[in-house]
Amino acid sequence: MLSVSGLTKVFAQQLVFSRFDLAVKPNRIAVLLGPSGCGKSTFFDVLTGVVRADGGSISWQGQELVHLGGIAAYMHQKDLLLPWFSLVENSLLPARTAAEDLKAARIRVDTLFDRLGLGGYQEHYPHQVSGGMRQRCALVRTLMFDRDLVLLDEPLSALDSITRKSLQSLLLLLQSEFQRTMVMITHDVDEALLLADDLYLLSACPMRIIERIRLRADKPRRFDDPELLALKNGIMKKLEADGDHVQG
Amino acid sequence: MSRANLLAMMLLLLLLGLWETGCRIFEVPVFILPPPSAILSTAVTKAPLILPHALTTGLEIVCGIGLALVVAIPLATGMFAWDWLEKALSPFLVASQAIPVFALAPLLVVWLGYGVASKIFMASIIIFFPITVSLLEGFKGCDREFRVLFRLMGAGFWQTMRLLYWPWALPNFFAGLRVGVTVATIGAVIGEWVGAQRGLGYLMIQANARLKVDLVFAAILWLSVMGLLLWFGVGWLEKRSIPYKEFKF
Repeated sequence: MLSVSGLTKVFAQQLVFSRFDLAVKPNRIAVLLGPSGCGKSTFFDVLTGVVRADGGSISWQGQELVHLGGIAAYMHQKDLLLPWFSLVENSLLPARTAAEDLKAARIRVDTLFDRLGLGGYQEHYPHQVSGGMRQRCALVRTLMFDRDLVLLDEPLSALDSITRKSLQSLLLLLQSEFQRTMVMITHDVDEALLLADDLYLLSACPMRIIERIRLRADKPRRFDDPELLALKNGIMKKLEADGDHVQG
Repeated sequence: MSRANLLAMMLLLLLLGLWETGCRIFEVPVFILPPPSAILSTAVTKAPLILPHALTTGLEIVCGIGLALVVAIPLATGMFAWDWLEKALSPFLVASQAIPVFALAPLLVVWLGYGVASKIFMASIIIFFPITVSLLEGFKGCDREFRVLFRLMGAGFWQTMRLLYWPWALPNFFAGLRVGVTVATIGAVIGEWVGAQRGLGYLMIQANARLKVDLVFAAILWLSVMGLLLWFGVGWLEKRSIPYKEFKF
């Protein structure tokens, strides 16, 4: 379980968030949804250790940490594959930086490649394969982090509908089959509704949680689900009432 | 051959043709402006004379580039690794560019002598700045998401440097090097003009003084060919190092 308590960050004498609390239970996707500039990116920066918090604590599995570097894996809407490495080299990066046994890691990569339909493409380079294959390779890399916690940075927004759908199913696979806990930030309501188990609506300046919504576990979800559409309208109203513009 | 290449080739032939016929019609003396045909024949027939000078100049250019790289790569890396180092050094780097480096050429000859050392130094101080700056910009241009990825993997700075920042900055590095090789040629020749015992610049000064204008042009032709070879050499190296250049993230 990930728990954040009393987290405070001041930036240029402005409070980005103050005494911010969040608890994410195992094997769930917690989504932080808020307008651009509400402070969710700064919150992520604190989690990843890009910037230091001015107060409060972060703990994972009961152990208090300064940041989640070395603890969490990371996924982004871009596959973040390095073009100078082959697919297998990209997948082996986490093992390489952790100085693990590369032979054993290679066996795990090969198994995952077969499992995700990438078998035989190990030595291909990112520019030689399709976008969908690159996404799957990024998923293999995420799994090779071998970490129970995954941070998702707007994983689906700004993707075309086909790419979005394939990445969505990969992320759900990550949850259902590989039992990962995920924390995701986004400003995109659709994306939040497709993936969230626990949805936190955020307000800006300073960032705080307006409301927490628990969603039913009926994934994969569809956009045209009437219940979801009603929920979306409600969320849009709340966020607009808060005085900020939200894309969606 | 593409249409653009064909046009460029035709334009070149047209210019050379005009030059050649102009020289013949107006009977321009060869010690003022020799026709291209005379320049070409001098460049070929006098090759045994020109070659040793060309080798000297080539050595100066290549060593100058080498020296610049030996300074620029660690400097850019250090300035990227330590913020305080960049803050401390960047005023000096900018100030060094305000000095007209060619004006230093006579001093370099006084300090380092008439040999190749002063020319190597001349070439390298001109080009080390564009290489350092473009490399540093390349390091800094690395996308945030990639940095976060490496941070979460738990990679240290030098590991990230090797796996991420350096390959990331390679295109910038080559852009700097491309500028560098062209300017290094100028640096070496100016160094030779000021004071030398060998080199194409020295040959040009000598020939000019004796009104052997065809030899001056022949030396320029050799110099241009050398510059082009270096330019294409860098391009070849770039293609070898970055086969994925067309790739968009």
